[in-house]
Amino acid sequence: MTEFFQQWLPYEWSWLIATVAGILLIALPLMLSVAMIIYVDRKVWAAMALRRGPNVVGPWGLLQSFADGLKVFLQETIVPAGASKGLFLLAPILTFTVALMAWAVIPFNGRAILADINVGLLYVLAISSLGVYGTIIAGWSSNSKYPFFSAMRASAQMISYEVSIGFILICVVMYAGTFQMNGIVLDQREHILGLFNGYGFNPLLFPMAVMFLISGMAETQRAPFDLTEAESELVAGYQTEYSSMSFALYWLGEYANVLLMCALNATLFWGGWLPPLEWAPLYWIPGWIWLFGKIFAFFFIFSWVKATVPRYRYDQLMRLGWKVFLPVSLLFVCVVSGWLMWRQGA
Amino acid sequence: MITVLSFYLFAVLTILSGAMVIMARNPVHSVLWLIMSFFNAAGLMVLLGAEFIAMLLVIVYVGAVAVLFLFVVMMLNIDFSELRAGFIKNFPLGLLLAAVLLAEVLIGLGAVGQGGIALGTPDGSAAVPADMSNIKAIGHLLYGKYLFLFEAAGILLLVAMVGAIVLTHRKRGGVRGQIVSRQNARRPDEATVNMKPEVGKGVQL
Repeated sequence: MTEFFQQWLPYEWSWLIATVAGILLIALPLMLSVAMIIYVDRKVWAAMALRRGPNVVGPWGLLQSFADGLKVFLQETIVPAGASKGLFLLAPILTFTVALMAWAVIPFNGRAILADINVGLLYVLAISSLGVYGTIIAGWSSNSKYPFFSAMRASAQMISYEVSIGFILICVVMYAGTFQMNGIVLDQREHILGLFNGYGFNPLLFPMAVMFLISGMAETQRAPFDLTEAESELVAGYQTEYSSMSFALYWLGEYANVLLMCALNATLFWGGWLPPLEWAPLYWIPGWIWLFGKIFAFFFIFSWVKATVPRYRYDQLMRLGWKVFLPVSLLFVCVVSGWLMWRQGA
Repeated sequence: MITVLSFYLFAVLTILSGAMVIMARNPVHSVLWLIMSFFNAAGLMVLLGAEFIAMLLVIVYVGAVAVLFLFVVMMLNIDFSELRAGFIKNFPLGLLLAAVLLAEVLIGLGAVGQGGIALGTPDGSAAVPADMSNIKAIGHLLYGKYLFLFEAAGILLLVAMVGAIVLTHRKRGGVRGQIVSRQNARRPDEATVNMKPEVGKGVQL
């Protein structure tokens, strides 16, 4: 895009305009899809609970999220008297910003990627490790018991599951031989029998794909791992003291993070923007539609799990992270590297 | 132009937030400023073309170490007046440390003026090929030339980890832990009884 603007402008300005345009091209549709995916989420839960779900605002209730957004926008932001004001307002902004930042390296097709950097996957890890600060700062600056408990749970939970996510990603990187997101997607082409596009079809990596999905739920604090917002114990967790737009930013950030996890699942294990089968007519459908379809399928799984699985106890959560996922993913790092060494005769 | 602007942005923010670490009244704010300065240092690394180091700086320091700092500082009940009290007493020591740091920076600058250290080994056997990406270059050096040192560092970390666990681990009596396999094996018919008590009789369990 920079070259396009360079017809009229010097390099610096065209770079600036191209980057800003790229960011808007990703962030605006993302916000729209977050609003729509909240609607989808509520409809899926409703269907599983044999209810109707939102059906009043707009046709089939499609405009429900926008009505909710308008409502919180018009409300007053209340800052508690004992709160650390600057940090209290910074925390939701941080969560929201971090949730958007990681989208910079997600490839939408062979060329549509905002920042095609060498260390794409590491960038995703780095950004997702920043996500915990929004929660910790909110918990501390609210100056209230329940948010603080919630912040401690959140940080312990996110740090625990990042360890196993790191090992799972190492398996993928060893297969792909690169950290570049597009390189990882392209390496999945014709991965199994020259027919299936995606590491998930590989029996050695399929368990990793399942573990990544579950760790992703824990990392984004979705049910059944939503201990930070366990309303039976902690009121509303770290969001207890938040109101109006500052609350809405948490909401949007949370769903943007869930969509990001779905996109990572799709990109790392199920071929990203490639069609699932290597068959020429499937390539007539543009790549971003395949990616959106995969994201949507994973989001349905997230919603399905939220509607059906009861919340974990805290000790069960920690046990799953440290005593099950960590050893298994470590074992798979050894198995996968051994297999690759044997195959390549290195 | 863009590089220069972003260099000054990152550099100024690094120094400012570094200063705020020691100026902030609240220790939690200090840690948050420290995180800010780590993050801007990562930005400087990216400008140098060391994107791998930059990402590691964010993952390790911002994502893990600073979270621990924050945890500890939030948990401790720090008395600020007590902290301030030692200022005059420790002032000469602080001055000495500052002088040492300044001298080191000056020596370093002087040494760079004489020409930087060439990467790789003196005989040039482990020199980094120019067209290699950052990660691959580090991998070649770390797992090729410096494999022994790398493994030694790994063993050192392992020993430190075992030591930390041995020091903090203690067996407490009277703790009723959860046996997850037994919990999972439990079925509803072992755990519940269906009763039909007559009115006014109650249930004997």
